[in-house]
Amino acid sequence: MPAPALSRRRFLRISAGSILAAQAASRATSAAAGAWSSAFGAKPGTTTTTPTFCDICFWKCNAVASVRDGALWKIEGNPSDPLSRGRLCPRGTGGIGAHTDPDRLRTPLIRVSDRGEEKWQEVTWDEALTYIADKMKGIAERHGPEAMALFSHGLGGTFFKHTLKAYGTPNISAPSFAQCRGPRDVGFNLTFGEGVGSPERTDIAHTRCLTLIGSHLGENMHNTQVQEFAEAVGAGATVICVDPRYSVAASKAKYWLPIRPGTDLALLLAWMHVIVTEKLYDADYIANYGYGFEQFAAYVQAFTPEWAYPETGIEPSVIRETAREMARHRPASLVHPGRHVNWYGDDAQRSRAIALLNALLGNWGRKGGFWVPSFMDVPGYPYPAYPKPARGRLDNPDEKYPFADEAITTGIRNATLSDEPYPIKGWMVYATNLLHALPDERATIEALKKLELLVVVDVIPSEIAGWADVVLPESNYLERHDDLNVEYFKQPFVALRQPVVESPHDQKPGWWIARQLALKLDLGRYYPWEHIEDYLKYRVDAAGLDWATLKRDGLILGPRPPIYFEEGVPAEFYTPTGKIEFYSNQLAEHGFDPIPRYTPPDPGPPGAFRLLYGRAPMHSFSRTHTNRLLADMMRENEVWLNATAARRLGLRSGDRVRLRNQDDVLSDPVLVKATQRIRSDCVFMVHGFGHTAKGLRHAYRQGASDAGLITRYKTDPLMGGTGMNINFVTLEPAEA
Amino acid sequence: MTETVIHRSNPGIDPHFHVWGWEVPIYLFLGGLVAGLMVIAGARLLLMRPNQRQAMVCCTIGPLAGLALLSLGMLALFLDLEHKLYVWRLYLTFEITSPMSWGSWILLAVYPALLANALVHLPETLPSVARRIPILTTISDFMLARPRIIILTGLANVLLGIGLGIYTGILLGALGARPLWNSAVLGPLFLFSGLSSAAAFLHGILVVSMPDDERPAFADFLISTVTGWTKARPLDTRLAPALAQADNSFLTIEFALIGLFFIGHLTSTAVHQQAIGLLLNGPYAAVFWVFVVGLGILLPLILQHFELLHRIRHTLAPALLVLGGGLALRFIIVAAGQASHWSSLASH
Amino acid sequence: MRYGMVIDTRRCVGCMDCVVACKTENNVPEGYCRDWITETTTGEFPTLRHEIRTERCNHCAHPPCVHCCPTGASHVHERGGVVLVTPEECIGCKACLAACPYDARFVHPDGYASKCTFCIHRVEQGLEPACVSVCPTRCMHFGDLDDPQSEVSRLLAANRAHSLLPEAGTQPSIYYIN
Repeated sequence: MPAPALSRRRFLRISAGSILAAQAASRATSAAAGAWSSAFGAKPGTTTTTPTFCDICFWKCNAVASVRDGALWKIEGNPSDPLSRGRLCPRGTGGIGAHTDPDRLRTPLIRVSDRGEEKWQEVTWDEALTYIADKMKGIAERHGPEAMALFSHGLGGTFFKHTLKAYGTPNISAPSFAQCRGPRDVGFNLTFGEGVGSPERTDIAHTRCLTLIGSHLGENMHNTQVQEFAEAVGAGATVICVDPRYSVAASKAKYWLPIRPGTDLALLLAWMHVIVTEKLYDADYIANYGYGFEQFAAYVQAFTPEWAYPETGIEPSVIRETAREMARHRPASLVHPGRHVNWYGDDAQRSRAIALLNALLGNWGRKGGFWVPSFMDVPGYPYPAYPKPARGRLDNPDEKYPFADEAITTGIRNATLSDEPYPIKGWMVYATNLLHALPDERATIEALKKLELLVVVDVIPSEIAGWADVVLPESNYLERHDDLNVEYFKQPFVALRQPVVESPHDQKPGWWIARQLALKLDLGRYYPWEHIEDYLKYRVDAAGLDWATLKRDGLILGPRPPIYFEEGVPAEFYTPTGKIEFYSNQLAEHGFDPIPRYTPPDPGPPGAFRLLYGRAPMHSFSRTHTNRLLADMMRENEVWLNATAARRLGLRSGDRVRLRNQDDVLSDPVLVKATQRIRSDCVFMVHGFGHTAKGLRHAYRQGASDAGLITRYKTDPLMGGTGMNINFVTLEPAEA
Repeated sequence: MTETVIHRSNPGIDPHFHVWGWEVPIYLFLGGLVAGLMVIAGARLLLMRPNQRQAMVCCTIGPLAGLALLSLGMLALFLDLEHKLYVWRLYLTFEITSPMSWGSWILLAVYPALLANALVHLPETLPSVARRIPILTTISDFMLARPRIIILTGLANVLLGIGLGIYTGILLGALGARPLWNSAVLGPLFLFSGLSSAAAFLHGILVVSMPDDERPAFADFLISTVTGWTKARPLDTRLAPALAQADNSFLTIEFALIGLFFIGHLTSTAVHQQAIGLLLNGPYAAVFWVFVVGLGILLPLILQHFELLHRIRHTLAPALLVLGGGLALRFIIVAAGQASHWSSLASH
Repeated sequence: MRYGMVIDTRRCVGCMDCVVACKTENNVPEGYCRDWITETTTGEFPTLRHEIRTERCNHCAHPPCVHCCPTGASHVHERGGVVLVTPEECIGCKACLAACPYDARFVHPDGYASKCTFCIHRVEQGLEPACVSVCPTRCMHFGDLDDPQSEVSRLLAANRAHSLLPEAGTQPSIYYIN
């Protein structure tokens, strides 16, 4: 179980008076933005608008959807939204295409042949849910309810989690921890006593120097961050970009450091060496808030830029110059913690090094660094207590990964494969395509084959849906309610997702599916409400907010509270010492390095390229590729290959190749992008392409799947994250 | 070193601009050919006395064929239109800056001019037709009795022919966005190519309709089976050398204009130099030099030269070569022009 | 009055939100786009320069597409010099496509030439073009180039800007700051 310090969070409770003020402010902004009304019953020739919030990624921007002549027309940012600031990202703008996607799941399906063959019988909701409930009851009787696991991504999973907890399992997990931001939050938690959250608490808008380490903002289209990034660039902030690839962000940078992949920690240590030895750090800040700085300062003495040079390939003079540049602007100097940071298996410690570098710059709680978020207190629904599971979570047996403060997806997979510490017999998967999200899809498939029940709830027929016994088609986010978004942000707000249009076929909203399943499982007492509006209204009323206002405006803003230490936020650090821990006793006690240590990466087989992957601004995960609007922007991915290396291999841009990895896994054909924009020891692909599910007709075998080539991963010893940038590929021409 | 990536994939535009297929070159070729026929037929009306012109192939058969060929060309153009039902919109306006607007109005005038020209000597050329439709003879007599009408008809044919011929080149030449086309030389080049095609066309018809002893056996067979009207027509065989002579003059001028076309581009901006490279040593060079210059101009020049020296008999070969060359010229210029662009040299 | 855009390429990340917004606002059919992103990278690893541009019809002051149109379907709008196409007058001859050095036009599946309209239907309601209004990086600015007090004029006065293919002589109304 996680150490207590890791689970503490900052709460800001606001008084009834401030709630009223918030309502008044919200009404004012909504009046300015124009009157909105429900879209249902729109008359021909008219346009109606409905506020809701986006679900194409996890940022949850508030949006206003327009319906013209009864058809969904466009989606724009909600002008009073602090996240989108009235402007959605391309995926949000292209949300129309998610609603109209002809490849969507339409009716419940039950498998009629072997798993993975994608042969189905269309059934009614009652048949599908009865089938699932019977299976789940059987699993509970024979193996205990803990033998069911839920994988869930996003806000829509709320009610599935609720049903599964009521059913009695503690095994609920999301890839967002062990396959994404987990190491970062653990590294920051160990240092500052808090994670950076989502949306990240980075004050990019006010920073004078932004250091990005493999974080390709702009391609990684997290709306508020990208908006603030553009603002910072526009305001002339220095950008230091560390990336083996000349990313879009690198192209905005004063300093692009094309680092040898896997050596970021060496660079971070060398930077800290320069800042410490040249005394460029914020001495007062560290004296007030730091713990163990002396040991830390002594430790980094050894890591000179000259030491780092052969590791990183970054010239010592450049390391010194960039260290001085970032120190010159402190505290308005931000080393971005990144988001998807599962790279080399030392990710929590690398993230901790980033946290420490930020600590040297004295930017935690400071303008231009990391602001302090807050949220509005919205009570939960008063459900009966969940049954206490007879057995605890099985994803992290014996606390092998002592700093894992969320469930580890791959841990559940391991337990499914090994039956240790106890068997897992059923998976329910909500809105996450595990075959593209987890490393080593062969292991996932082995685990799937062992299951007695696999249920997939999704909007599109993803790869994981292809393996399911029962597929449940969910209404798209524009067609359903979800739970409230009680946002933890610099300006807190409560937001409502509500239907804009009706589902085109026999899809049902997640809350309805989860509730019906609970009823079939004889868990009706956990759903005292009948319609989600009853549930939502209860919560909104309990928070002292006005339901009608929320429905009309889509969100209710809280007051903008102080967000910096200099604005009066108390400087509190929820670490065991109550300070910023330059030296971590927690880590030492568990036998880990109390200050991050660098281990050189495996160079890989000669002649092979390290496989790197990342994002494109118009796609989310592997979930948007049949959205015709977004697929029009990018239908397939390319493999970025250094132009010189390409010439050596006789390859040119536009050639098609297959990638073969170290374990002889061969990819689908993919276009070569021969470019100066990448080092010659690695290749890069945008994640999420190369679909093999037959139902994804528009995306079927368009481009190649990086996930399929990630057969190896290195587990982070602190928290169980899966480092995935340790795979190597060679390129071979593909027959046309 | 510059890498340019355009994230756009509009059909017909990306990755390579290609909006005009076979229809436009066919139209341009037929338009040029008809232009040539008009100029030649018009010139005959203006320059020769009626008794010299009687029943001559270029005065009647040329304009009549012109009417048919032009209609074919217009059909090709019509097929190219994406919004066919709106074609009448051409005739609700006159756009002074648009060559295509000029062209559509010129074409409207070309039909009556061609028809008038054909009617002058139609009864002598096609007596069987004239017998069945007596009004033809009345019209012919009416026109022949009034020299002013003949002069007007001749003038209209010559001027409209020149206009039509130049227009087929200017149509492309005015499109500055495609640097290969962006040359005023295309106007006269297409006119002279049209003239040479027309002369070759008439020459060809003449060759196949010569008395048996003077024409090749194959053509004899062709004529007798495919048509009936030329058989035993008393056509002016002295015209054949004249047409060959004219054709050679046109081909020589066309060849010179091609030279000017190249010089113009090579001495222009880098964009134009790059564009002409498509014909000089690029992907279109081989077909251009072989089919347009070699087989379409030089070889018929030589053949007709020997015909004129009476070293060889008049055959269909030069006519077919010249017509093929004219067709190839339009196809290659239309295709290569679409492959030429400004943007590859855009540097910022 | 002359409508134009000033686009700050320093801020643009090439996310194509402008393209998606245009497609929804104007019902641009699948497989087509009225605006697009062009990226140019110059130099050699690791010394590189990169420009990302959102491009569209330049609404040229000397629009060759209008000059060559035989029916007057392509025309210059009375307000702001916006170049437009009237679908009901267009015969689909494609001369305007061939005349545009920016390849900004395409033939709509319904048979007429189509392209960016500067969202004149929005502009006349006092709104910005959809692409400008959606841009998350706020790199795009729209306004009257003839008004020295407009935001676009002030940006042009204060920054080094270039237009596309000025050598083509079309006098574009879109400028890029880099």
